Amino acid sequence: MPESDLSPLHAVLEELASQGRAALLPALHAAQDLYGHIPEPVAFEIGRVLRVPLAEVHGVIDFYALFSREPAAKTVIQVCNDPVCAMAGSEEFLKTLRRQNVTVHQAPCLGLCEHAPAIIVREAQRGHVKPGKITETIGEAPRSLLGGDIALLTRNCGTGRATALLEYEAAGGYLALRKVLTLPPDQVIAEIKASGLVGRGGAAFPTGLKWEGAAKATGERKFVVCNGDEAEPGTFKDRVIMEEDPHGVLEGLIIAAYAIGANKGYLFIRGEYHRAFKTMAVAVAEARAGGHLGASVLGSDFAFDVEVRRGAGAYVCGEETALFEAIEGKRGFPRVKPPFPTTHGLFGMPTVINNVETLRNVPLILTLGTARYRSLGTEKSPGPKLFCVSGDVARPGLYEVPFGVTIRHLLEDLAGGIRKGHRLQAILFGGAAGAFATEKDLDVRLSFEDLRAAGLPLGSGVVMVFDESRDLRDILLRLARFFAHESCGKCYPCQIGTQRQMEILERIAAGGALLSDAACLSDVGWTMTDASLCGLGQTAASAVISALKLWPRLFEGR
Amino acid sequence: MDTPVQLTIDDQAVSAAPGTTIHKAARAAGIVIPTICYHDYCTANALCRICVVEVEGSRTLVPACVAFVAEGMRVRTQTERVRRARKNILEMLASTVDLSEAPEILALMKEYGADAQRFPGALKRDPPLVDDNPMYIRDYAKCILCWRCVQVCASDAQYTYAINFEKRGFHTQISTFFQRPMPLTTCVFCGQCVGVCPTGALKSRRAWLLEQGMLE
Repeated sequence: MPESDLSPLHAVLEELASQGRAALLPALHAAQDLYGHIPEPVAFEIGRVLRVPLAEVHGVIDFYALFSREPAAKTVIQVCNDPVCAMAGSEEFLKTLRRQNVTVHQAPCLGLCEHAPAIIVREAQRGHVKPGKITETIGEAPRSLLGGDIALLTRNCGTGRATALLEYEAAGGYLALRKVLTLPPDQVIAEIKASGLVGRGGAAFPTGLKWEGAAKATGERKFVVCNGDEAEPGTFKDRVIMEEDPHGVLEGLIIAAYAIGANKGYLFIRGEYHRAFKTMAVAVAEARAGGHLGASVLGSDFAFDVEVRRGAGAYVCGEETALFEAIEGKRGFPRVKPPFPTTHGLFGMPTVINNVETLRNVPLILTLGTARYRSLGTEKSPGPKLFCVSGDVARPGLYEVPFGVTIRHLLEDLAGGIRKGHRLQAILFGGAAGAFATEKDLDVRLSFEDLRAAGLPLGSGVVMVFDESRDLRDILLRLARFFAHESCGKCYPCQIGTQRQMEILERIAAGGALLSDAACLSDVGWTMTDASLCGLGQTAASAVISALKLWPRLFEGR
Repeated sequence: MDTPVQLTIDDQAVSAAPGTTIHKAARAAGIVIPTICYHDYCTANALCRICVVEVEGSRTLVPACVAFVAEGMRVRTQTERVRRARKNILEMLASTVDLSEAPEILALMKEYGADAQRFPGALKRDPPLVDDNPMYIRDYAKCILCWRCVQVCASDAQYTYAINFEKRGFHTQISTFFQRPMPLTTCVFCGQCVGVCPTGALKSRRAWLLEQGMLE
């Protein structure tokens, strides 16, 4: 599309204009898709129609990695270069791209770790890619790799396609919602509280308490938001659920809305997750047509509708308040807390925001009943849990187990152990924002209480395995690069600390550590941990600090 | 009138109205908590984190410029953790931008024993000076991203919205729409941004010319 032709843009803007600034990200996505980048006259028009100051339009374009003010080649390809994909050969793959007429973005973890090395070419996810000419059929189309002791959260997954509404209902779907609509909202909240469900996005906050807070808060409107902005390196569980069981997520969101009295919801999906976005959009349309959404949900007097939103390339937007800012059409800066979302959330209104896996638990709890749900797992960590196993194991994939099985069971019995001919060196637990485990931790049980005692974060359920042949300094450098790339720049400790951490690790990985480097790294790390504004900065040094403790020799300088 | 909140700051009993920040309560009690990005007439955003203090029961350090006092709160403003964070933030700042015209920050560096050379080989933010209008120059090599200029240009004062951010993370800069020269933006040359800039990144063009010896 020549950038002088603004007519297709105007058609889009006409539809979006009534939303004002809240439509800024959808408008910029449309412009990026139409013109391949966002040229000045296009940005000007968007600002004019949506009534956003031009300087702020510029600020928003620049914040999100998927928007660009510069033209790109016809084919844009995103190559993951984070630890697991790098170990599987992404560096070699990148080298062969230099001679091809494509625009290459080294993307942060694409959430395809079980298919490493992974890329996205023209919106198509491709795994196990090998060097060669770039087409949309390079490598393989990723197909979910599932395993585990149970299949409750993943009962509708594993087919390689989305479960349609009719199939979902045939398998007992939306029965929980039908039951809920006959109950008073506080009874629904009581059930969720009794189940002991806590958030699966990383912070492990009790879901029932969150719902109760928002239900009791006063506001002219309330919102529910599904956080599908999964981008923690090594995490792919939410992608698999959204791609294959969209109604399982949607049902959880509708129930949350009923419980707190919200009439509008948002599904915010990571910008790189094209397939999950399309799948969820189709599911929402099906649910609307089927009467599961709308002015009268399943014939009740409860009105609720959902808007599906795409992120635009910013890991920090997985932080709940940054995600609200993105929906509101702003740079994804995390807000100062308190106040918390339950009283001051999206558009300043009481809001419940839950992770995809958390919401998938909701219909399960209401179908099974609290007692049966709690019979799974441990007393303090009830229920099923998804683990994203990647790296040097025989069978990487998504594993569903009850809380309380050991790390050894997950790795050896389920994932087939360390790849042939090798032995375990380390496991990165919880994601880039996690900590390292070693051989001595294998018999730790996978529950919040046991992991806490062992000093390991459950995080988003990442179990990234490294055998003895891997250079941990290189792994740490890649994690540091990730955080430096994803820091929003709002607070100083993270804005500068992630950069300095990366620079020191570059030196260490290249074998040129200075005598002062280990102490500097530790100081920068603790300053970010103690003093950063949001969870990104507070955990940006987590893996490095754990490595400093476990393997001080890695950081020794001359 | 609401009943005052009772708390302690560095073991000193302090009484403050509900809704008072720790920073202001401390100031009223004669305890100085250092700040950099904070300005009495701008929205506080807790960016620089120099004002962090230790609050009993809190996992992380707490920014005093935005955190409110609470009944029974026990605040410590000079613990080892607090001082390490402050010193390190100052050292990181000095490794990033030109602080030569930021006397308050230089004084803090002295007070906290911060070493400006702590990070050898560190990348600096060093963009060229922008001299695009008759009123003021913009030397972003001195910019510490305190956001004050952006805020007074927007809803903290002038509602002109001429400037905002470019890029993100370490590479963030202040910019106009598509880097247009200032006369081609909504800027009304009110000068408030120059007035709140703490580091000399924004400066009256006449003052700058005098410094350069380009004016009599």
